[in-house]
Amino acid sequence: MSDSKPITENEIDDKGIMAGVEKLSPEKIERVINEVITAETGAKLKVYVDTCVHCGLCSEGCHYFISRDRDPKFSPAGKVKQTLWEIMRKRGRVSPEFIKNAAVVAYTQCNLCKRCAMYCPFGIDIAYVMSVMRRICHKLGVVPLYIQDTAHSHSVTANQMWVKDDEWIDTLMWQEEEARDEVSNLRIPLDVEGSDTFYSVIGPEPKYRAQLIYQAAMIMEAAGESWTMPSSPGWDNSDMCMYTGDYEMMERLKKVHFEAAIRLKAKRIVMGECGHAFRSVYDMGNRALGWKMPPIPIIHAIEYYHEIFSKEKIKIKKKFDRPVTLHDPCNIVRGRGLHHMAREVVNATCKTFIEMTPNCEHNYCCGAGGGVINCGPPFKNERVESSKAKAEQLFAAKAKGAEVVIAPCHNCHGGLEDIIHHYGIDMELKFLGDIIYEIMEIPE
Amino acid sequence: MHDIYSLVTGPLAWLSFALFLGGSIFRFTSLYRLAQKKDSAVFEYMSLRYALRSIAHWLTPFATRNMRLNPAMTVVTFAFHICLFIAPLFLFAHVILIQESFGFHFPTLPNAVADILSIIVVLSCLFFAGRRMFLPEVKYLTTWVDIAILVAVAAPFFTGFWVYHQWAGFQTMTLVHIFSGELMIAIIPFTKLFHMFLFPFIRGYIGSEFGNVRMAKDW
Ligand code: SF4
Ligand code: SF4
Ligand code: SF4
Repeated sequence: MSDSKPITENEIDDKGIMAGVEKLSPEKIERVINEVITAETGAKLKVYVDTCVHCGLCSEGCHYFISRDRDPKFSPAGKVKQTLWEIMRKRGRVSPEFIKNAAVVAYTQCNLCKRCAMYCPFGIDIAYVMSVMRRICHKLGVVPLYIQDTAHSHSVTANQMWVKDDEWIDTLMWQEEEARDEVSNLRIPLDVEGSDTFYSVIGPEPKYRAQLIYQAAMIMEAAGESWTMPSSPGWDNSDMCMYTGDYEMMERLKKVHFEAAIRLKAKRIVMGECGHAFRSVYDMGNRALGWKMPPIPIIHAIEYYHEIFSKEKIKIKKKFDRPVTLHDPCNIVRGRGLHHMAREVVNATCKTFIEMTPNCEHNYCCGAGGGVINCGPPFKNERVESSKAKAEQLFAAKAKGAEVVIAPCHNCHGGLEDIIHHYGIDMELKFLGDIIYEIMEIPE
Repeated sequence: MHDIYSLVTGPLAWLSFALFLGGSIFRFTSLYRLAQKKDSAVFEYMSLRYALRSIAHWLTPFATRNMRLNPAMTVVTFAFHICLFIAPLFLFAHVILIQESFGFHFPTLPNAVADILSIIVVLSCLFFAGRRMFLPEVKYLTTWVDIAILVAVAAPFFTGFWVYHQWAGFQTMTLVHIFSGELMIAIIPFTKLFHMFLFPFIRGYIGSEFGNVRMAKDW
């Protein structure tokens, strides 16, 4: 079992939420809610909340509902009932107590994974409704402490992990030096103007998983890529502000990121293996800034790997020989349909591939997404319990022989790691980049 | 009796059509205006091709994963919606009425068939009511309005059946039948029954998002 304390609805052990709720008054709640509803939402929210026929068919779409023994409170529409449904019915006249529960529901009981939109006959997008609830909570100052800390980091440093500018450069130089033991003239090119590829990562990479930057440099080198990374802010493509509901900050972050690439006159951005970061550049952040599509071509690591294998830019020594299964990250599968490419890359690199079902668009989220894992220890037990469906999927894949789970998304790694640990599944987790690095021919 | 009869078949009928038409137009235009003002992105991402692709899947029985997961609900939902439209529109007695009032002609259903269709509608409503009462995830969402709507939808069919079979008190029932039909039509724009008109737009939008931007299927 983990170290965190279990929570129940009555006993919310989160300092951010509690401190925020204490400062609320009914007048403030009503004012802020009506501000958000009238200024920031429109027909979409109204139609979603009004048209829902209360049929409950979306329940099957949600892994929370399935994992929590079909408890109606965890069904998608059940979450709307506890949030926007009441709020719109009462025109914002709800109590601080109500907001407390609504914040827990919106921030920690929904991964914004959009699976339910494929189960509701109307295609009502509950993730959107939950985002509106988060936006209201953000404006009310009722946000879980841990994720708010990452949002603060974003606003101070333009990255998620309080990485200082010199630490960033130091980390890159350190990884370059390490890599030079393997390939003597390898570079991690900083601020090179006019490169084909601007490579961006998420804040936790330099902080906790610098090895991934090393591997990416190796892969780029082997593929003969003309690439660069920026030495100043704009290198972090992650975005917790998108998930706290702080859209002003989300816009600033996306601007810094896009502009860093444009300033270096890169032809495109390639981003590391992260799902939510992809959502923020391809779906939410660009739209908030008024770009229908990103202002500069952006591809996810899976698309990049697919490109280097289909163009035979990289040679492998031999295929990865332990049986693998693949976790489909929602944000790039329901967000960009990358499940086909991911499978092609897996088949190009691994000998035995075992599918987990349901898969592709119908995958279950790992439970970490939507910023839920970033809400931290107070919600960890709940989160892992709410991922029982995913655990069962993993057990089933393991029964068929899979030893390794490939998850091409940072958040998914966090979520799956906790699931594997909690349920005692004994499988190893890898990024696609880990596999490619392990089997590729290292350039001279 | 005769006075009430002329009331429900005259002014009330017109009132119900007027409420239905006026209300629908009003709701449509106000939603459309609001969407234009506040959700312009919705129009940006709309794609006819992917909207139709999604709608087609969701109008084909068992074409979606969720329909396959809930076979009973799928059969009942499709049967219900089809009968709901066909029975009243093509019922012999209604067609005669329309012919008398407006002078145009269209094919009719054999009475026995119409009878079965009405039974299907009523039984479906019972099935939905059962879900609302016994399935926890549906019970949790159900309000008295949801039940009232079910009753409002079932009533014209139930009473129609009664009248056709000329059961006891069928003359009074005829009035109830006409009135309940009018009531059902009149409340469409003001209740969740309006989903019949909004369905293609909501589904079409998410279908466009999934198809055009997310490059994923949504069924
Ligand atoms: S978006 Fe995902 S987590 Fe949220 S309610 Fe829908 S299925 Fe559940
Ligand atoms: S499936 Fe759609 S209409 Fe039915 S309860 Fe869920 S959100 Fe509402
Ligand atoms: S963490 Fe992974 S599985 Fe979970 S929502 Fe994000 S992309 Fe989906």
